[in-house]
Amino acid sequence: MTKNLRVKTSKLIDETYKISFKFNGSTYYGYKGDTLASALLFNDIHLVGRSFKYHRPRGIMTAGSEEPNAIVQLHNNTSRTEPNVRATEIEIYEGLEASSQNCWPSVNFDIGGINNFLSPVLPAGFYYKTFMWPASFWEKYEYFIRKSAGLGRSPTEPDPDIYEHKYIHCDVLIIGAGIAGIVAAKTAAKNGYKTLLIDEKPYLGGSTIYQNSEHFKINNQISSSWLEKEINEIKKIENLEIKTRTSVAAYHGYNFLLARENLTDHIPLEQRNNKIRHRLLKIRAKKVITATGSLERPLIFNNNDRPGILLSSAIEKYANFYGVACGEKNVLFTNNDSAYETALSLYQKGINVEAIIDNREETDSKLIKETEKNNIKVYKGYTVVDTYGYKRINKVSIMQLSKDGQKVIGSKISILCDCLGISGGWTPAVHLFTQSGGKLKFRDEDQVFIPKEYSSDQISIGSCNGDFTLDEILSTVPKAIKKFLNLKKIDYEDFEIKSSFNKSKRNIWLLPSDKILGKTKPFVDYQNDATAKDIKLALREGFRSIEHVKRYTTTGMGTDQGKLGNMHALGIISETTGSKMGELGTTTFRPPYTPLTFGTIVGRSVGEYFDVSRKTAIHEWHVENKAEFENVGQWKRAWYYPKNGENMHDAVQRESKAARDSAGILDASTLGKIDIQGTDASEFLNRVYTNAWSKLAIGKCRYGLMLNEDGMVYDDGVTTRLGENHYIMTTTTGGAATVLGKLEDYLQTEWPELDVYLTSVTDHYATVSVCGPNSKKIVSQIIPDLDFSDKNFPHMSFKNAKIGNINCRVMRISFTGEHSYEINIQANYGKSVWEKCMEAGKEFNITPYGTETMHLLRAEKGFIIVGQDTDATMTPIDLQMDWIVSKKKYDFIGKRSLYRSDTIREDRKQLVGLLTENPNEVLEEGAQIVSDIKKTPIEMLGHVTSSYYSPNLKKSIALGVVKGGKNMMGQKLVIPMENKQINVTVADPVFLDKENKRLNA
Amino acid sequence: MFVINCPYCGEREQSEFKAGGEAHIIRPKQPTELSDDQWAEYLFMRKNIKGVQFERWIHTHGCRKWFNVVRDTSNDVIKAVYKMGEKPPTK
Repeated sequence: MTKNLRVKTSKLIDETYKISFKFNGSTYYGYKGDTLASALLFNDIHLVGRSFKYHRPRGIMTAGSEEPNAIVQLHNNTSRTEPNVRATEIEIYEGLEASSQNCWPSVNFDIGGINNFLSPVLPAGFYYKTFMWPASFWEKYEYFIRKSAGLGRSPTEPDPDIYEHKYIHCDVLIIGAGIAGIVAAKTAAKNGYKTLLIDEKPYLGGSTIYQNSEHFKINNQISSSWLEKEINEIKKIENLEIKTRTSVAAYHGYNFLLARENLTDHIPLEQRNNKIRHRLLKIRAKKVITATGSLERPLIFNNNDRPGILLSSAIEKYANFYGVACGEKNVLFTNNDSAYETALSLYQKGINVEAIIDNREETDSKLIKETEKNNIKVYKGYTVVDTYGYKRINKVSIMQLSKDGQKVIGSKISILCDCLGISGGWTPAVHLFTQSGGKLKFRDEDQVFIPKEYSSDQISIGSCNGDFTLDEILSTVPKAIKKFLNLKKIDYEDFEIKSSFNKSKRNIWLLPSDKILGKTKPFVDYQNDATAKDIKLALREGFRSIEHVKRYTTTGMGTDQGKLGNMHALGIISETTGSKMGELGTTTFRPPYTPLTFGTIVGRSVGEYFDVSRKTAIHEWHVENKAEFENVGQWKRAWYYPKNGENMHDAVQRESKAARDSAGILDASTLGKIDIQGTDASEFLNRVYTNAWSKLAIGKCRYGLMLNEDGMVYDDGVTTRLGENHYIMTTTTGGAATVLGKLEDYLQTEWPELDVYLTSVTDHYATVSVCGPNSKKIVSQIIPDLDFSDKNFPHMSFKNAKIGNINCRVMRISFTGEHSYEINIQANYGKSVWEKCMEAGKEFNITPYGTETMHLLRAEKGFIIVGQDTDATMTPIDLQMDWIVSKKKYDFIGKRSLYRSDTIREDRKQLVGLLTENPNEVLEEGAQIVSDIKKTPIEMLGHVTSSYYSPNLKKSIALGVVKGGKNMMGQKLVIPMENKQINVTVADPVFLDKENKRLNA
Repeated sequence: MFVINCPYCGEREQSEFKAGGEAHIIRPKQPTELSDDQWAEYLFMRKNIKGVQFERWIHTHGCRKWFNVVRDTSNDVIKAVYKMGEKPPTK
């Protein structure tokens, strides 16, 4: 190293602790406490990356989370690689490896840099305008555009780190641990509030903590020393929790905030294993104090983006906090007093300041006098018109500003330099405030937006509230806190403040140059390469809304979200269009304030899909017997049981045949079960089902259809009367929760007078359904005490029984059309009952079947499946189920809707059976049904809802909905497919055993 | 995400609740006597105003009770919470 840029020991940097790291393959070292940015600057490296569009060389601009340029890729080609990490935020650790982004082959020689010379033909909207024609070429363009899009590279391997989420509830949350935040935290905590103080930096104290000037004193102590004592005090307060390296990402309504706590990004990789990397804090605070500070503004002038150009406050921080000089020949360019603070800090540390260029012509303050006294040349009323040096600034040229600030006059003066500090004043960090729903107002004196109306119990204090100077902060903050927390007195009432800062400022959004605007590059958004020219072009092309200009020019759309330049974009729009800043408004400040990793967002929800997966009590048996499963709602249901390498079709054909020829067994545990009790239970069922229930005898079962109030079929199932005031209702598997919800809704809100109680018992029972001509022989073997005669136990009835000494309910009900029994037993006995049935059914070749076979068997019988054969547009009449709609009942849910003008139309889509001309041709579910394909446009009559090959009927069968289908029996229709037309005949939807002989077989 | 003061359980996160649309729409006692238009009014017509709105909410992941909420839809400020069957606050 040729220069020693470590200027003076800083107490915040541990010079005894050396840390080595790699940047673009070379090894460097820095000290504990350094960020990557400060360590690079210490090594005299300014060129860190290339800009997005023009690939211009870019360096470190800031010392904080607002950094637009110095974004790097960490640990490239490893599982921990991360793009777009701000060098100004990442603390160095042993073994850190960082590399430049958006450049190839290297940051020093980047092919993409050619875009810089092509920039005259790459204006705002270039891509939109150029790649529109011819439309068919888009696919070709896209390949190249995609290749050049994006910054950095995302990891390709799974993330090895652990993340978690945590809820925090507190009385007072303070965001930002600068001087205002510290004062607030101490006051809140000492007054008994459970307080949480958060700061994104690894240390407390904000920018005051490294202020080391005689010009800023509190009670006769240098401000940083005073603050240090306060910090030491608050660390001892018990009900105050302090979280550093924690960045608030979002501020939602009702004081709900999300923050990311960074736990391991600053320690060496090998120490990170098994530690939590980031924690997403979900904070609900009763009161919030926002003390997020302010961001220094850049100045917008020609070539204001070269490496070596930094914010003036950043140069000060690098010198005072990190003890690093950003250059040996510093020039500062300002429109306010801030740069003089920097100049004096540098002077104090022996860092050379060549000159200060100040926009203001007539200005004077103690700071300026002191600066001039130290022989630093001050050019008042001047502006920088250009900068030189491709990969590092080496010269600025300056000219005098005209009185109105719109032109430059006189002759050019050149000043050699290797670092230029710029200061355009300060912008309150109101991002979180506006996210919370707060309204801003514009303050004309210094051209800033400040909080005006709060939407929740919160205040903004300090410089984020527009109080920038030390005396302003300390005179306003204690008063504000006192009022906000309703305190009688507060410790901080009498201060003796010395602050030499003069607030005068000369705000010129776009500084003039000796060249015409078209020949200059005044960057507004550094990361996205949006210039003042682009904004003016957008306005000329007719864009007016700030939101539109933003999207057209991409201003403020980078990873930094335009923290530096957005105000200038607004200012330029306002000046160009002649509208007032306050009326223009701002673009929306969206969360997150700084980017979050995906890991932080998902927390522990990684790996297998984080959703409940419900399994029946018999699930293990299905797994052991090689069932394939299908998801039905959250349930895993056995789909079919392939044997000897069968495919699904073969398995389903075998299962279906066995169930009708001898015996089949189905796990029906997933059906929703609702226990209904109360003296009005029958009346309740009368109101929710379309058919009548009052006369259902105890011990009998009845099928019911439930409608929505609009008359459309909502759910169906069998309900059994267990006692005088006791029913058990079954619902579809997927509808269980919503049916219960709907019933509760009516009970609680429409019919609170009914004495009815609902309890979900779906999980309490396992249901084994045995069907087929031999089902009675099988079930009677395992329940020998029960009389299974048709007289004692007819179809649609239920019996209490015992298997061993375990109570169970046996229903003789059927969804297949076969003689069948459903055994409901306490869930933990489900598997053993299933196994008993399998054992007893061995001699009858009892065949387990899954949902696919169940669907096929019921389709043979023309039984509907709600949600497959119906959507939310089918009434029971459309389903040809008029028989279940009671004409006698005065009212039930949906009744009135069944004779609305729309529901009585004859040409509604109605459920019909479909038979193919070729009995071996199986239709595709969802296929469209038409009558005439020659007449265009072809009228779509309906679609196929269920379709199977029936092994029992030895032909293809299907259900479908067809406009006016009820009256089309026997009519021929066509199903047009991609390469053919399939001829079908409309048929009765009941294909098998119309007389229901099998039920009693 | 806002906080709702369930009249049965107290303050809970919004994520525990489900909204159930406009409140105080009473199911007609004699639907069969209504014209199509009158029935449609009950069935389909709902207000969706920017400002103070009376709504039904249910504490789905809690007591499963329905209740009424008076909410300003423009800023989610909840002005009142009251049980089913109780009279809505007038002011």
